[in-house]
Amino acid sequence: MKLSSTSMVFSWPRLAALLIKEFIQMRRDRITFAMMLGVPLMQLVLFGYAINNDPRGLPAALVALSNDHYTRAMVTALETTDYYRFGHVVESAAEAERLMASGAVSFVVTIPSDFARRVDRGDNPQILIEADATDPAVASGAISTLSTVASEALLREQGRQQVADEEARSRLEVIVHRRYNPELISQFNIVPGLLGVILQLTMVMMTSIALTRETERGTMENLLAMPASPLEIMLGKVLPYLVVGAVQVVVVLAASKLLFSVPFVGSLLLLLSAILVFVLALVLLGYTISTIARTQMQALQLTVFFFLPSILLSGFMFPYRGMPGWAQLLGELLPLTHFLRVIRAVMLKGAGLQSIAPEIVWLVGFVVFFAAIALARFRRTLD
Amino acid sequence: MNAIDVTGLVKRFGEKTVVDQVSMQVGEGEIVGFLGPNGSGKTTTIRIMCGLLTPDEGEGRVLGFDLRTESLKIKREVGYMTQKFSFYEDLTIAENLEFVARLYGLFPVRTHVRRTLDDLGLTTRRNQLAGTLSGGWKQRLALAACIMHHPKLLLLDEPTAGVDPKARRDFWDEIHQLARGGLTVLVSTHYMDEAERCHRISYISYGRMLTTGTVNEVIRNAGLTTFVVAGARLNEVAAALEGRPGVEQVAPFGATLHVVGSDAEALRHSLAEFDGREGITVTPGETSLEDVFIQFMADAKDNMG
Ligand SMILES: Nc1ncnc2c1ncn2[C@@H]1O[C@H](COP(=O)(O)OP(=O)(O)OP(=O)(O)O)[C@@H](O)[C@H]1O
Ligand SMILES: [Mg+2]
Repeated sequence: MKLSSTSMVFSWPRLAALLIKEFIQMRRDRITFAMMLGVPLMQLVLFGYAINNDPRGLPAALVALSNDHYTRAMVTALETTDYYRFGHVVESAAEAERLMASGAVSFVVTIPSDFARRVDRGDNPQILIEADATDPAVASGAISTLSTVASEALLREQGRQQVADEEARSRLEVIVHRRYNPELISQFNIVPGLLGVILQLTMVMMTSIALTRETERGTMENLLAMPASPLEIMLGKVLPYLVVGAVQVVVVLAASKLLFSVPFVGSLLLLLSAILVFVLALVLLGYTISTIARTQMQALQLTVFFFLPSILLSGFMFPYRGMPGWAQLLGELLPLTHFLRVIRAVMLKGAGLQSIAPEIVWLVGFVVFFAAIALARFRRTLD
Repeated sequence: MNAIDVTGLVKRFGEKTVVDQVSMQVGEGEIVGFLGPNGSGKTTTIRIMCGLLTPDEGEGRVLGFDLRTESLKIKREVGYMTQKFSFYEDLTIAENLEFVARLYGLFPVRTHVRRTLDDLGLTTRRNQLAGTLSGGWKQRLALAACIMHHPKLLLLDEPTAGVDPKARRDFWDEIHQLARGGLTVLVSTHYMDEAERCHRISYISYGRMLTTGTVNEVIRNAGLTTFVVAGARLNEVAAALEGRPGVEQVAPFGATLHVVGSDAEALRHSLAEFDGREGITVTPGETSLEDVFIQFMADAKDNMG
């Protein structure tokens, strides 16, 4: 390809003409412009604060059939885990059942009347915890802490701290290091992911209507009658949105630092380069859509068609490894999947280029693939 | 070399053949009017010529470039004005012109835009959004934009629809001036006075090219005879004439009636009984281009069954 002003395929002045035009239109379209910058921030704040995979302070009901000091110790121990908030103390199992069925409480903790007696006798004391497991994620954290918390509390209450310590010494010790996010703060996982999701939605949506808008408004006929090449038209549509994407990235990264204190241990330059490739893939995907769709409505539908699997199968909402093989395979075909791995690895784990290289290769692959389809699909005529 | 030289163009949309074996030759510096009823395929033919549609059949060269393989080269040398305003309504007048100037590599952009704005008389409104212009002004802006890069061939699709008479005259003066400089123009129009300003006209009907030639040739070849009926109570005369043998068109023109038919003998015979009655006079008249076109349209309807 010859890059000169007389070339048929590419010339800088022609690209400049298209870019300037696109930027002016973008600036004039106030609502869209506001959306490009306001929506990412709004979504980040909203979802960043709202989404929590490890919910605490869940409403619980206590069915305490006796009111001895062991029972009180158990309740205190459960409350100090932060998972349980006992708002209801009821007398009967039936009433507790009703509370659970209506959704008023997530847990029912039943401490039998002979609990104290059995503890004192050392006769296998039991407590029953019923969890509303309709949403498995809600129950799992609360349940997992239970057994150790309960038995330690009991030993302490019996004044057998010593025994407890000794027991602990002789017990098999499993050491768990919660690497990269020791406090299991959901935001550390969610916020970097949100950047990917926000980019996926806005970038694809904006560019997907780029060409169809020209077709719908009738300006396509004029544009095609003038000497702009398909490559120039594509770049003229795609580059402005790359700039918008860059602004969004800065906004979201700054906000994730300031609002959510998400750690950033890796190389910023590496992350920004990866984001550039990802956004390029997205705008090209959007542009490809706009060469297929005939109307802006169709373009939006196609965007959503790509968006849903992207948030559900990419590992943003649900753990990637939890999905069956075929779903993982589908996930591999989504740019967001690879981007999420990159951003989480670089931001939270400080991964270097070497460890994320395979993902970058995937993203570059998407760029080449979408660009090729878009150029092939582009109609030079109105047929 | 002809600026336009196409033969046997066919374009189908689905089942419908919209352009049917259309051939056209337009010499350099010629102004050719392209006429035909609504939906006859004028826009489609023009789009084929500037590479916006690929013909299903047919070959041709425009400005010496092959229609099918060299459309990018054609686009550089052609100025195409679309029937529907298709510049950016959310850009100002100046921004639209700057866009065009940059796309065609007209440097310095400022100078070209300023000159065009001056010619148009739009300098004071340069910062007005194009979408807020009145219909006629939109046409004038579009025309100015497609002449800006000094094309060798202008394809104008109803460029003066909704334009006031003064602006229309200016427009035609400019077209003739450009043609003297070697510019070739193919212009579609529904106005008879504009057709008469063309060197040659081509008439297309339901996708078929019916006739082509100078205005006089087209009128002569149509073989129509026209009588002018003058007198009182012409409404009654008009009603009485309708359907008589040889009478094919009866149209009021001011205080007279134009009666047109292709069979001169029958027409004369039918009119004879009115001549002299109640102060009515019948005199031979000149057949106008409009009479010819109305005749074409009536015939085409007959064909359609
Ligand atoms: N993209 C298209 N798809 C299907 N049919 C089309 C398309 N474009 C044009 N047509 C049909 O082709 C026929 C010719 O249309 P065209 O626009 O060429 O007519 P025209 O001579 O320019 O009419 P007018 O004087 O009203 O502008 C019409 O019947 C129209 O409905
Ligand atoms: Mg038309």
